[in-house]
Amino acid sequence: MAVCIAVIAKENYPLYIRSVPIQNELKFHYTVHTSLDVVEEKISAVGKAMADQRELYLGLLYPTEDYKVYGCVTNSKVKFVIVADSSNTSLRDNEIRSMFRKLHNSFTDVMCNPFYNPGDTIQSKAFDSMVSAMMVQAS
Amino acid sequence: MTPIEDTEVYKASVRDNMMRWQGNLRLHGSADWVIVVVETSDAKKKNKTNILPRSSLVDKIRNDFCNKQNDRCVVLSDPLKNSSRSQESWSAFLLKLRTLLLMSFTQNLGRFEEDMRTLREKRNQPGWSFCDYFMVQEELAFVFEMLQQFEDALLQYDELDALFTQYVLNFGAGDGANWLGSFCSPVKSWTGLLLRRPIDMEKRDGIQRGQASLLELRSYLFCRQCTLLIFLQRPWEVTQRALELLHNCVQELCLLEVSMLEGALDCWVFLSCLEVLHRIEGCCDQAQLEANVSHTVGLWAYATDKLKSLGYMCGLVSERGPLSLELNRTVDLLAGLGDEKAETVHSLQSPYKKLKEALSSVEAFERHYLELSHAAVEMYTAIGRMRSARLVGKSLAEFYMRKGDPEQAESFLQNALGSYVSEGWSLPVTHTRKQMAECQKLLGKTENYLQTSALLAGDANLTNEERIHFCQEILTFADQSTDSKAQKVALSMSYFAQLKQLQFRPATATVHSGTALQVELCLRSLMPVAVPLEQLAASVHFNLEQGETNGKTRGPQRRPYPGTVLFPLGNSSAMPPSAAVPSLELEEIQDRSPSDPRTLNSTGMVCKNTHLVMRRRDSSPSPDTPNLVSPVPVVMEDGAKMLMSGDVTLLPGNNSIVFSVPSQELGTYTLRQLCATVGQVQFVLPHISPLVQYEVYSQEPQLTVEPLTDQLLAGLPQRAKVRLQTGHYTVKKGDALQLTNIDSIPILTSSSCPATIFNSTAERVDESVLFIQSSDKVTSISLPPTPPYHTLEFQLEVLCVIPSDPVRPENQRLTNGEIHHRPRSYSHPDNHMTAINQRMSVDCPWSIYSTPISLTFYIPFKAKHSLLSAGNRKYIQVCLQNVSDVNFHLMDQRLTEKHHESSLELQSLNTKAHQLVCSKQSVYCVWDVRWKENMPVCLQCVFSASFSSASEEVSAFKPYHYEFQLERVTTLYSVRAEIMPAAGQQNCHSGSLCGLEMSITRLAEPDDDEEDDGGTEEKGQTETEEVCSTKLMYEVAGSSWVVYGRSSGLVSMPADANANHRVQVELMPLFAGHLPFPDIKVFKYLPPSANSASQPDTDSCVENGMLSLIDRPLDDQGDTASFCSQGSVHSVGSGEQQSRVLPMPRLEPFSPGQVFNHSQGCQVLVLPSTDDCVLEINAT
Repeated sequence: MAVCIAVIAKENYPLYIRSVPIQNELKFHYTVHTSLDVVEEKISAVGKAMADQRELYLGLLYPTEDYKVYGCVTNSKVKFVIVADSSNTSLRDNEIRSMFRKLHNSFTDVMCNPFYNPGDTIQSKAFDSMVSAMMVQAS
Repeated sequence: MTPIEDTEVYKASVRDNMMRWQGNLRLHGSADWVIVVVETSDAKKKNKTNILPRSSLVDKIRNDFCNKQNDRCVVLSDPLKNSSRSQESWSAFLLKLRTLLLMSFTQNLGRFEEDMRTLREKRNQPGWSFCDYFMVQEELAFVFEMLQQFEDALLQYDELDALFTQYVLNFGAGDGANWLGSFCSPVKSWTGLLLRRPIDMEKRDGIQRGQASLLELRSYLFCRQCTLLIFLQRPWEVTQRALELLHNCVQELCLLEVSMLEGALDCWVFLSCLEVLHRIEGCCDQAQLEANVSHTVGLWAYATDKLKSLGYMCGLVSERGPLSLELNRTVDLLAGLGDEKAETVHSLQSPYKKLKEALSSVEAFERHYLELSHAAVEMYTAIGRMRSARLVGKSLAEFYMRKGDPEQAESFLQNALGSYVSEGWSLPVTHTRKQMAECQKLLGKTENYLQTSALLAGDANLTNEERIHFCQEILTFADQSTDSKAQKVALSMSYFAQLKQLQFRPATATVHSGTALQVELCLRSLMPVAVPLEQLAASVHFNLEQGETNGKTRGPQRRPYPGTVLFPLGNSSAMPPSAAVPSLELEEIQDRSPSDPRTLNSTGMVCKNTHLVMRRRDSSPSPDTPNLVSPVPVVMEDGAKMLMSGDVTLLPGNNSIVFSVPSQELGTYTLRQLCATVGQVQFVLPHISPLVQYEVYSQEPQLTVEPLTDQLLAGLPQRAKVRLQTGHYTVKKGDALQLTNIDSIPILTSSSCPATIFNSTAERVDESVLFIQSSDKVTSISLPPTPPYHTLEFQLEVLCVIPSDPVRPENQRLTNGEIHHRPRSYSHPDNHMTAINQRMSVDCPWSIYSTPISLTFYIPFKAKHSLLSAGNRKYIQVCLQNVSDVNFHLMDQRLTEKHHESSLELQSLNTKAHQLVCSKQSVYCVWDVRWKENMPVCLQCVFSASFSSASEEVSAFKPYHYEFQLERVTTLYSVRAEIMPAAGQQNCHSGSLCGLEMSITRLAEPDDDEEDDGGTEEKGQTETEEVCSTKLMYEVAGSSWVVYGRSSGLVSMPADANANHRVQVELMPLFAGHLPFPDIKVFKYLPPSANSASQPDTDSCVENGMLSLIDRPLDDQGDTASFCSQGSVHSVGSGEQQSRVLPMPRLEPFSPGQVFNHSQGCQVLVLPSTDDCVLEINAT
């Protein structure tokens, strides 16, 4: 399961970012922020090849010693980033994909809320609880 | 290889040899063999004749050895000759050989793999060892490698890798295998990868013996994979795998709980990274490397990271140098590295040397670390991974800070901070800013430090203690009372406090000069503690009011609450500036023409903040990143008006500060800047946006008078409201209004009347009493003292006297022939009340010009008179109609003759003295006119009555007068008609003739004035005729009668009284029933005169020859009318034309009282004709 889940706006500011161990929050922020480099690289690389049938899932962005960072980008260039613990080896690619799918669905629900102002940080409780379900239960 | 001479030799020896060889082969279980028969052409030639194909050597051999496998025997003919045959046989041979070799290999390898798989299946049995299996599978890999099948070889190693990884994972899951124990032993050597040798036999031996550590196994495995990948020309996969491997190893060591010296793993990773990089560099050229930086940069960054952590661990980063504990650790780490391998001893840049050198001294570490870091930053920058580059830069900055070199650190921190701020990552922003603050403090950049401190003090991401700390930093600086000349430090206010709301009191934000106007600011302090402000000042820009003169009016300000300006909340750190692009502020602009404010020249939309919206965002630094730029150049405008408020303490959260605003000068005031002073520090808000303005205006005094009711009725005292708006003028004691009546409008002097004073917001302020002095033309009202911009209201009682002569429509000729000049009177459109405009002029104390005031009154009555006759007797009827909406009491109706002729007596026939006239109702009054002697020609009568409003209890009766004039009242002729049925008939029958006998009798002698009427001019003509006779013309007409014969005729009346003239006319009734008598009209007949045409009078027109009974005065003198033979009178215009050609006789009607018709209302019974069965039904 994930240790940090972030939703990043098209303009690269965080719409939502949540991580499990509170003490590492800053580090996750840095990690997610840095991962945007790779996201952009992948988007531009893919964009050249086949802009139409681009897959939303970007796969493993980059591994670090402790974490694996996965990315996904919507058609409106909203990025989802999931950081998983490297020691959690049971995590399969398929599970990551389904997590992204769930995240995307929930995000779409948030966007459909007429009271939500696009561009604001996400404060939806439903989204929050969905994210919590995907996170590693805080140790 | 056996030379065979011929078949015999073969049979004799070679065959046995071959049998033995075959036996040997079979003994060794090898099935891979081939027999090559080399044929030479000369031998062939020799045997050509006697060797049958069947019995050739080849056949024999085939027969002997290759019974089943025919293809094991190959013929190679003339191998040394360059002939086509030889070529063919060679290629056939090689093909066969290859096929057979492949078959053999497949068979053997298949068997090997089978064995290997069997061995692998036993892996769950006790005693199975991974190392043994490793050796077996590696053998296969070796075979593939030797066969140049690197792909397959790599596959073997990958399988081993995966198998091992799986075991480690299973171990982590609690399913430990015995053989893993050897890998869990403490690691004593961390020499790193060694990729220069194709096979590291040293490690291989270790694995074979089962003594290798995890790192050694991994190293060896990767070394082999690396070698194969490089053979496969896939160097970039090496880097990728290397990074995975390193991460993986770290995880595995952790998972297996292998004890290791602290930092040893870092050493290993560092060495490995560099080794991989060196290896890659060794096999690629520079251009390739540069093109694939993205693959290598991860390793660089990882190495940098590891070196950094090693440096921190070994105390190489601190300013003082390593401690003894750290030195010991260094020594231990270096020991684990062992000796340098032989391959790299002579290389200057080997990873081993690098690490050793870096760990040896502080300076060397710094050099190596910087080199690596800069390399990583450059690489990241080169491939556009700016964020990663900034992160590395930031760690570099941390390093510099540790080294006590804040100058170097600052630029890195600023870069990183700028990146985070521009992308709106609040947590990294806070963290970096904290480092920045530290850096700036060390650098002594006071302004920057204070600005950063202000930002941090208001940063919600920090703990309260930290915020208070930074706030205190500002306050301590502010309290340092240096010499007062020192320039105060100006900081942006936006992070210190936010202007949330601004409220004007009064809310209109528009006051007249001199009034108190207050502005309430709502400041949200972001500071964690209360901050005492020495002063809070707002600078105000004063703009002389142009107001209406420039013709441009601003659209209504969009304010949710009147007088309140809400400022958009820009959460400074949480929201990214890219998202907070200023929204368009649009405003409607209307350009009206200066002359007429109602016409619009143009209108349009204007964007008020183009300077913000259109600003190029890349070139100009964002104001939200104050750490990137020098603090905003905030200079309070010189000479500007200031709103001051001293000694304010800003508490955390919302604060409300009230300013009193100057409002002496007229104009528009704009709040521009806000400045809070705390000791040496000033927090300045350079622009207040949206625009906050208030206006100070001045107003001229105004006086209005308006009726209290919707209509003012003339004749009755009415109330009018006088409103005086003082404007800028102060009404002093003794000031008075002088009302001058132009028309007759008296102000009723109720010597004092109450007045009320309202202030500008229509609140009742004061009440006072006015004193009114009134002379006949001038009324003076003394005003109570009233402050400026107040409204004084009082009521005046006014009375408009009803003019006694009837108000006529314009252009109607009066008796004296003058046009009636009363242009200000007109009829009320709704109820036909006659209106009178009354004017007065008011002299006001504030102006040298008098103010004209006009009031409109309505006359509630309309009077009509008529003369009624009965033979000689005369009656005057006056009809008084109440046209107003009010009921009136009427009394004391009286009719008087103006000249008080003694012979004349007017006797009232009215019974009631007191009457109620309801709205829209009429009252008729009749008087009997009696006279003794001669009746005066002209009666000038005055009808007078007293009236009062019925709704008023106190009935103050007011007079009403109506003057009118009656002329030629006396009855001159009486006409009597009689209808006689035809002879022998008792009654008239419809359709049959009957006779009308009409007798005209002169009742009175022709008066002198009667003679005068036409006499003066007619004399010339009438003298020749009978002097004492008057010619009359009669006319009989009736709608239900048909006149047989002449319906009109001339009658000459003798001048003496009682002269009678009878006329007989034949008539036929058209209907049966009681028919009214036909109308008999009598006219005065004037014979044609020569000069009559010279006196046309267009005003008098006899309409259709009808005698009108209405009181329209007719002018006898010079009245012309044309006469037609048909008895009808044409319009004057045509008559005039005719009269020019031929002098025509004239007809002149008598005035209403002069001819009395006795049979006016008579009826005669007409029976239906006997034989007539026509029944006529008139349905109406």
